[in-house]
This record gives sequence, structure tokens and C-alpha cells, in this order.
Amino acid sequence: MNTEIMGVFAAFIITILLAYPLGKYMTKVFKGEKVWTDFLSPVEKLIFRLSGVDPDKKMDWKENLKSMLMINLFFFIWAYLLLLIKHPFMNPMNIGSMEAALAFNTAASFVSNTNLQHYSGETGASYFAQVFILMFLQFVSAATGIASASILFKGLSQRQASDLGNFYNLLVKSVTRILLPISFVLALVLLLNGSPMTFSGAKEIVTLQGESVKVATGPVAPMIAIKHLGTNGGGFFGANSSHPFENPNYLTNMLEVITELLIAIGLVFSFGFYLGKKKLGMLLFGVMTIFFISFSSLAIHWESRGNPLIDNLSISQNAGNMEGKEVRFGAAASAYFGTASTATSTGAVNSMHDSFMPLSGGIFLIDMMINAIYGGVGVGFLNFFVYLVVAVFIAGLMVGRTPELLGKKIEAKEIKIAAIVLLIHPLLILTGTAIAAHISAVNPSVGWVHNPGYHGFSEMLYEFTSASANNGSGFEGLGDNTNFWNIMCGAVMLLARFIPIIGPVSIAGMLAKKKTIPESAGTLRIDSATFGVVLISVIVIVAALSFFPALALGPVAEFFSI
Amino acid sequence: MKTLRNIIGIHLSLLIVCCIIYTLVIWGIGQIFPSAANGYPVEKNGKIVGYKNIGQKFTLDKYFWGRPSSVDYNAASSGASNYGPSNPEYLKIVGARIDSFLVHNPGIKRSDIPAEMVTSSGSGLDPDISPKAALIQVPRVARAREISEDLLRDLIENNTERPFLGLFGPEKVNVLMLNLDLDRAAEK
Repeated sequence: MNTEIMGVFAAFIITILLAYPLGKYMTKVFKGEKVWTDFLSPVEKLIFRLSGVDPDKKMDWKENLKSMLMINLFFFIWAYLLLLIKHPFMNPMNIGSMEAALAFNTAASFVSNTNLQHYSGETGASYFAQVFILMFLQFVSAATGIASASILFKGLSQRQASDLGNFYNLLVKSVTRILLPISFVLALVLLLNGSPMTFSGAKEIVTLQGESVKVATGPVAPMIAIKHLGTNGGGFFGANSSHPFENPNYLTNMLEVITELLIAIGLVFSFGFYLGKKKLGMLLFGVMTIFFISFSSLAIHWESRGNPLIDNLSISQNAGNMEGKEVRFGAAASAYFGTASTATSTGAVNSMHDSFMPLSGGIFLIDMMINAIYGGVGVGFLNFFVYLVVAVFIAGLMVGRTPELLGKKIEAKEIKIAAIVLLIHPLLILTGTAIAAHISAVNPSVGWVHNPGYHGFSEMLYEFTSASANNGSGFEGLGDNTNFWNIMCGAVMLLARFIPIIGPVSIAGMLAKKKTIPESAGTLRIDSATFGVVLISVIVIVAALSFFPALALGPVAEFFSI
Repeated sequence: MKTLRNIIGIHLSLLIVCCIIYTLVIWGIGQIFPSAANGYPVEKNGKIVGYKNIGQKFTLDKYFWGRPSSVDYNAASSGASNYGPSNPEYLKIVGARIDSFLVHNPGIKRSDIPAEMVTSSGSGLDPDISPKAALIQVPRVARAREISEDLLRDLIENNTERPFLGLFGPEKVNVLMLNLDLDRAAEK
């Protein structure tokens, strides 16, 4: 096995080895049990006292959702207003304000944990914006996701009760107990490996060849840590994790890709621990992992194989398709990073997705179209839960029984909500892409697409898919800092963020109140391999039926044209 | 009203915890490791001539070259070509780079040129090339500097970074560090 493949393999194994204990730990945090980080509780108590929050107050699903939406609205307003002004301090490069549509897009993007960036970090955001707006939202949007997942867990474990936990308490503890400690360690390692932490602005140097160059720098290390851990993905620099200051070497690259997956996978285990159904947690992890390993292997294969059109130029392509990739990572680790980043909703890139081979790009699209293979922190599991509800319903109908999930009857109301959540994703992506493709075809002078033909269509499809999946990566050739893309994508990101939280949490709230039906011989066992197959089929069918035509016009057509 | 107080309270407290305390602690630790916190600047004769991990432009025959860059190694920004794999314009540019590489490095075979030397990187600031990409430039640099090829091969060997822990990831050569060594060797 070559060292590039071994690196990928090691990164994945280490992720699982860390995610399992983290899952246990997070379960204890959610339940308020004793953990080693309890020394932080005075900090939390102070926060609660200052904000007049009673962290033990029981809240039902409606109160929880209300608090979640209200505080996120506040986060959004904070970001939007501050992005509209020029920052008088922490702005050594004297960067101006954002115009209204771009500020809307950026605020929506970071509140929704998407981190689609229509600005370029070096020239578009002051240090104040990076730290007090963007990094702040990276923490709280990730915490919103984790808290929502915890509320879902509680809902599913309740018997005829309406208490779903306290959103404020969970939000604060997600930050203090989960995100901050891990970010701190990661930021430290990044710093020691050469990710800068300075407020002094770009440095002017004279290179070895005697040219003078300005080198952008800044408070990079702390932001990059939470960028990955919180599946945010919004980089300090335009080139994101391909930039040597954001991702200096192979070790940092491994750590970044490990932390992207860490909490998302940890939450799948945590689901099993929380409900005392370890086997079910394992099954869900297994189903996601089958997708993840298949997709990574395919992308690694195509990137390591290289571009046949470059082969025609008869140079050596042993290293694979290197356009848009960095030598220190190589083709395999770049393809793996891309798969992990699109499977979770991170959207960080260590290589440019626009320049990947057509079907690798297709894999990234499918990752985001399913949007639940591990998924974003918290919300990935909520999305997967929707597939779970639908699978239980279908399996129940097939064997002719009332569908039950964890001892609760699934009825028309829950299924309707699940169906809406499932359909909103293709609706946003396909409608958006259709409008964009129409405008671009009728009026090519808008100049959006950077590459001709099928690949140009893929660029537009990718942008909407990324927005709706709250992913944030892009086929960056797309000229996307225009009113159309800023406003459309901003709206898509907000809808695609909050509807898939509201839906599953309300289902959990409804299930919590229902009577528990004791398990009997007639109960459909959902922790069996058979049910795993049903679950996989449901995911494949939903994704394939919704998205295959669009994929055929983009990546698949390009593949056959090469 | 109560909700508003809750929200503002949590907002401000988390702002203090995440943005001020967290950032300042990392910054404070950075003060203990100033070289790391500044991104490992590289000095020559007491002057900063670059950063270890930030690639810079080398076009003179007497230096080893790095990869093509879409931002021309202007580290005030960063970025890639974003050309799709089937874009005819992209293939034309790669073809032109191959021709130019052959002109500057007469005597090497087309099939010896590694793809990374004619494709642009993701950041536009890629500091590295593969050992093979360095080795094929040896005759050109030797001729321009009038020093022995063996010496250059030794320099490349010394500057080749093995995979992480010897197990993970590709081998690479940092072009800036190699060229600094080269300048030093040539001065002797």
C-alpha cells in the first residue's frame, strides 16, 4: 500500500477511535451527568446568571424551537449589521464594508453553518469581522446543531412527557464542554505547525529573486480549529484549507479532516448511548459508513488515476490529477478531504473541487444531495432521522404492520412532516439551478460560468446544492458575487437550515407525548441488518429519483465526453 | 422581554468566551512561540526573505522552480485556476507550459515532466514539488550556476521531506528551502 493511501486509511481509523469515546462523553454532557470538564461549571453558572436563564427549566418542543429561532435571528442581525459597516479597529489592512446583498449572503451563510463565501478572506473581511462575526457564528451555529440533536435524543427517549430539555442550557454547554476544549487543542497544534496568530496585518517581504510581495496573515489558527470541528468550513483565506497558512502540512491536514468528521460521527454513537440502544447506533453508523467508504474510494480512484486528456499530452501523471491540488497532500488525501467535507456539511476544501474529475465532482454532489452521511454537526443526524422515519414507514407498510419507531407509533402527521423536510432539499436545489441555467442560457453575457459546456452547468448545480446542504464548498470558478447569487443562495441557506431542524424536532416532540407500545413478536426490529438494507434503499431511491436527471446533465455527461 | 434578556445575555457571554478569551489565550501562547505564530518566517542575512510554507515565484534558470500559480505567487491573495478537467482552454495552457518547460530544460523527455510542474496548485502558493520534479531541473540549474550536478542532487536529497512519520502522505521538496541551500552552496 502506498503512503498516500495509508494516510487516508489512518485518518479514518483515528476518527472512529476518537469519535466513540467522544460520543459517550457528549451523552453525559447532554444528560447533565458527571464529567471531567465539570470544573467549567462556574463559567456556565455565571453565563446563566448574567442572562437570567434557568438552565433546569423544562421546555417542550415548541418552546425549544422558539428559543432556537429567536437567538439565531439575533445572531443573524448581529452579523448582518456589523458586516455593513467598515471596522475602525482590528482592521490593519483597512478593508471596507460589504455591500448589502453580500452582507446578507455572508450573514445567512455563517448563521446557517454553511460558510459559503462570496467574498475572499484576505481582501474582503477585517480581522474584527473574522473573529467577532465569522468565528463567533462558527461556534454558535455548530452549538445550535448539537443542541438540536440533543433535543431530538431526549424526545425519542421520553415516555408520555413533553420535556425536551432546555435549549439555552444545551447551547451554552455545547460551546463550553464540546466545541471550545477541542478547538483549543486543535488551534494549538495548528499554531505550532505554522498557522499564524497575529494581529499585525500583511507583511511586505523581498523574495529570494528580489521581488517585493505582501504576505497576508492574521489571527488564523483559532478560527481554523472551529472551522473544521464545527463543520463550518469557512476559511480565513480565499483558498481555504489549500492555503499553507490554514493547512501547513500533512499532519494538520489529517487533523482537519479528522475533526470535520469527529462530532458528526460521535453524535451517531451518542444517539445509541443516549437511548441505551448501542446496537441501533452501530447500525446507523454502519449504514452511513458504507456510503462514506464507497464514495471516498471512488473519488480517490478517479483523482489518483489522473485526467485522460492530460495523458494525451504525454507527460507523467503518476501523482494523479494535480490541477487545483497541493503537492504536500497529494491526490488521495485531497479526494478524501473532499468527500469528508461534502459528506459532513463542512465545505472546507484543501483542493479545488472545480478542477476534480467529473465523477469525483459528482460524488461530492451526491454527498450533499443525501446530506446525512454523518452530516453537519447535529443537523446531519436530524436529516438522517428523517430518512429513518420514512424507512420505518415503508418497511412497516411492506410487512403490513403499523409503523413503529422506538416503541412509538408513526402516524400521518409525522410522515407528512418528514416528507416535507425530504422534499424541500430537491425543491430548493432544482428550482434554483433551473432558474440560473435558464438565465445563463438566455443571456450568456452574465458571465457566471467559468467553464464551458456540461461543466458550466455543474458549477451552477453545485452552488445551489452546496447552499441547500448548508455545505459551503463551491465550484469556485462560478462568478457568484452578484445580487442574483447572493440573494438566492442566502435565502436557500436559511430555509434549508431551519426547516430541517424544525421538522425532526417537532416529530420528536410529538413522539415524546405518545404512549410507548411494549415490544412484542410483532414489532418490526429496526436494529437488524435487514432494516439496514431497507434504510440504504430508501436513501438511494430518494436521492436517485430526485437528483439523477440533474446529475446526468452535469458530471455524468462530462464524464462521457472525455 | 424575558426572552430578549436571555438571548442578549447568552449572546454577549459567548462572545466574550469564544472571541475574546479563546482568541487571547491562543494569542498568548503564540507569544511564547513567535516564529510559529508568525507562520515560520525564513531569514537570510538578517532579513525576512519568505515564509517556510508559502511558495514564491522562481523564474530564473539558476533557481529550482515551483509550480505554476494562478495568482502569480502574490501572497496578498490566494486562489486557483478553477479550470474543469475538460476545458479546452485549460488543456491549451497546460500544453503551452509543457513547451516552455522543454525550452528551458533542453534534453529532458516529455514523459519525464511530472504533471504538477505544468498544472497550477489550489492555493497558488504551493511551496512544494515532488523530488522527481526537482531532479529533472538539475541539468538546467547546474548549467546556469556552473556547479556540479552531483552537488545539486545531494541538496535535493537533503531537502526531501519523507512522508509524515515515514508512513503517511507523499514525499516532497520545499522549493524555497532548497533554493536557499543552493544559494548558500554556490557562495562557498
